[in-house]
Amino acid sequence: MTERLGIVISGSLDSGVEVRLDGAVSVEDMAVGRYVTIEGQKQRFFGMITDVSLGVTDPRLILTPPDVADPFIAEVFSGTSTYGTLHISPYLTIGGKADSLLEGPQTVKTVPSHFSAVNLATDPDIELVFGQEDQERFWIGNPMDMETKLCLDLEEFVTRSNGIFGKSGTGKTFLTRILLIGMLQKSKAVNLVFDMHSEYGWAGSSEGGQRKVKALKQLFPSQVAVFTLDEENSRRRGVSTDFVVRIGYDEIEPEDIGLLRQTLNLTEPAIEAGYQLRRKFGKNWLQQASEWSDSEEIGEQLKEMNIHESTFQNLRRGLNTIRRLPFTEPHAPTNAVQHVLEHLDRGTNVVLEFGRYRDITAYVLVANMLARRIYAQYQERMEKAMGEEAARPTPLVITIEEAHRFLNPSVASQTIFGTIAREMRKYNVTLLVIDQRPSGIDEEVMSQMGTKITCLLDNERDIDSVLAGVSSKSGLKAVLARLAPKQQALIFGHAVPMPVPFEPREYGSAQSYKDFITTNRAQRREQAEKDIEDLWER
Amino acid sequence: MLAASTTDFTAQCYGLYQSPPLGSLVKTGDEPIELYGIVGHATTGSLEPGRRPIARGQDEASEEEVYRTSPQLSKLLKSEFSVLVVGHREGDKLYYYLPPRPARIHGFVYRCRPEEVREFSQSLDFLNMLINTNLPTSVDELIAAALRQTGQAHEDPRAFLVAAGKELAVLLSGQFNQLKAILERLK
Repeated sequence: MTERLGIVISGSLDSGVEVRLDGAVSVEDMAVGRYVTIEGQKQRFFGMITDVSLGVTDPRLILTPPDVADPFIAEVFSGTSTYGTLHISPYLTIGGKADSLLEGPQTVKTVPSHFSAVNLATDPDIELVFGQEDQERFWIGNPMDMETKLCLDLEEFVTRSNGIFGKSGTGKTFLTRILLIGMLQKSKAVNLVFDMHSEYGWAGSSEGGQRKVKALKQLFPSQVAVFTLDEENSRRRGVSTDFVVRIGYDEIEPEDIGLLRQTLNLTEPAIEAGYQLRRKFGKNWLQQASEWSDSEEIGEQLKEMNIHESTFQNLRRGLNTIRRLPFTEPHAPTNAVQHVLEHLDRGTNVVLEFGRYRDITAYVLVANMLARRIYAQYQERMEKAMGEEAARPTPLVITIEEAHRFLNPSVASQTIFGTIAREMRKYNVTLLVIDQRPSGIDEEVMSQMGTKITCLLDNERDIDSVLAGVSSKSGLKAVLARLAPKQQALIFGHAVPMPVPFEPREYGSAQSYKDFITTNRAQRREQAEKDIEDLWER
Repeated sequence: MLAASTTDFTAQCYGLYQSPPLGSLVKTGDEPIELYGIVGHATTGSLEPGRRPIARGQDEASEEEVYRTSPQLSKLLKSEFSVLVVGHREGDKLYYYLPPRPARIHGFVYRCRPEEVREFSQSLDFLNMLINTNLPTSVDELIAAALRQTGQAHEDPRAFLVAAGKELAVLLSGQFNQLKAILERLK
């Protein structure tokens, strides 16, 4: 079914094309974010409605409006003297020639000619552009007002750092959960999730907290390991955890403290002092510094190291805050980093729950510490792999919440996450950033993100920073600002050929769990059969 | 048929006061070319131009009585109507522009039957010719009358009028007031 909307009357590649609606089509049936196809003379264009406006042929009509209470008059005027116009941003062209059909949709480089017919995009059109659910593609939701499944090429998705944004309560967590399941099923990447609010591991709660929804571990017990910082809390919630993370003082390095400068309210010299102490006392510097009691000795030592007394006190206050964190202890019995890496190597996804320690200090410290060490390991392995052609490490996706704490302009250059976002793609590590305040994230990091998914945002600065660098930004802005406050999102960037506003697929009902799991099983069986075939062929 | 030109023709009715209604579709001419026109003006007057009728019937009870007691009246007066040519038929095909030659004098003029009206008004191109005419009757009145008349031949007069209104809105896009005046007369 194609539904003709109108004809192209003017436009430019830069600002999009204007379409005059046919008289039979009501402006009120149009909505920003809907897809249209434009039948040009040589190729088809694929675009999105970004604005709807009204026009009149005669300005006098506005000054002395006709009596529209009379249905006859109203009907005559609609579509003739008064008409609706659509503003459409063209994104893709689908060529008419055979070879261009094979290449698939191309980025738009021109505009359709005058008076080309404009139709509402049909489900097959959408499928042509976004592909069908298959080995690599994962169904994440439906384009707005459409039945077709919107599928995301996750293999492509995980090759870059990605971001999920949106005001709190707009469905970021649900969306992330869907994406994590997708990655777990369809991509070769493993996930490391720093789960600040304990929502991804075992169970999460729906908005308002009335309903529990199953999370990764319940759905895919064999592929997910839940690590926890707060064993007691996990036990109380009835979560079966695989490992309890403890952090020894001797594992903390001055670099880890550097990132906490803002949260611990440390001065620049205090951080510097940390490095000096480390040089002097080695691994046990933190314990030494915070347990030092002899004031005379302190004075002497500090003088020797050229550290000011107040600077030292400043650092010490910070270190004591860390020591008070319940999951830290002088010597950790096991090496958490090693455990995490072992799981990841086996292809098991790791969710680290923070339990009650939602305090930002704990989150930033742990996330940064683990990520830094894993980063080092990955870098080393990747370099080895490049040199000796050894196996490359499994691609890793690190999910962080409250990302603006790690990636704000003042710390992004220092934290490991800034580095990962900028260059770790080469080392097979990418980020999945979840944040509600994208304007707080460093511009450089934002610009490196491949795919961005954003739920409703209404702060002007946030919208600007999410859309920075996107062509036809003003059009998308209109779409973004008009997303429903819940369960609607806009995805654009590397993994999708063009921006799509969509409704994420259902999550939380028994049927939805079944759908997730069955596709997984079916694929594994398929894979197994293929493997067996391969085996015989050899 | 008494007078004919490329754009219009004038005909006299066989009976007094029997001219077709304003705006109705009439046709004239034989095969191969039939002319279609819209009745745009009608007059009734004396047969002889110099001889004006005088007032009668001061003592009569009704107007009918006047004609009954003076039967010569119907022979001394005549009704005429003029028709605007809006198209022609050649063979099976209808053309919505002026015919190559005007109608012949003493040709017969017929009122079109409803099915002919329907067929002719499939296309609304004749409206453009009506808009551009110069007649004693105002163009607005003429168009409105023509559409009302033609509409009656259609099964769904309202739908026809809406379609015609839309066509007019396009043709008169610069003359909003005229458009409004015509639409007011279509109700």
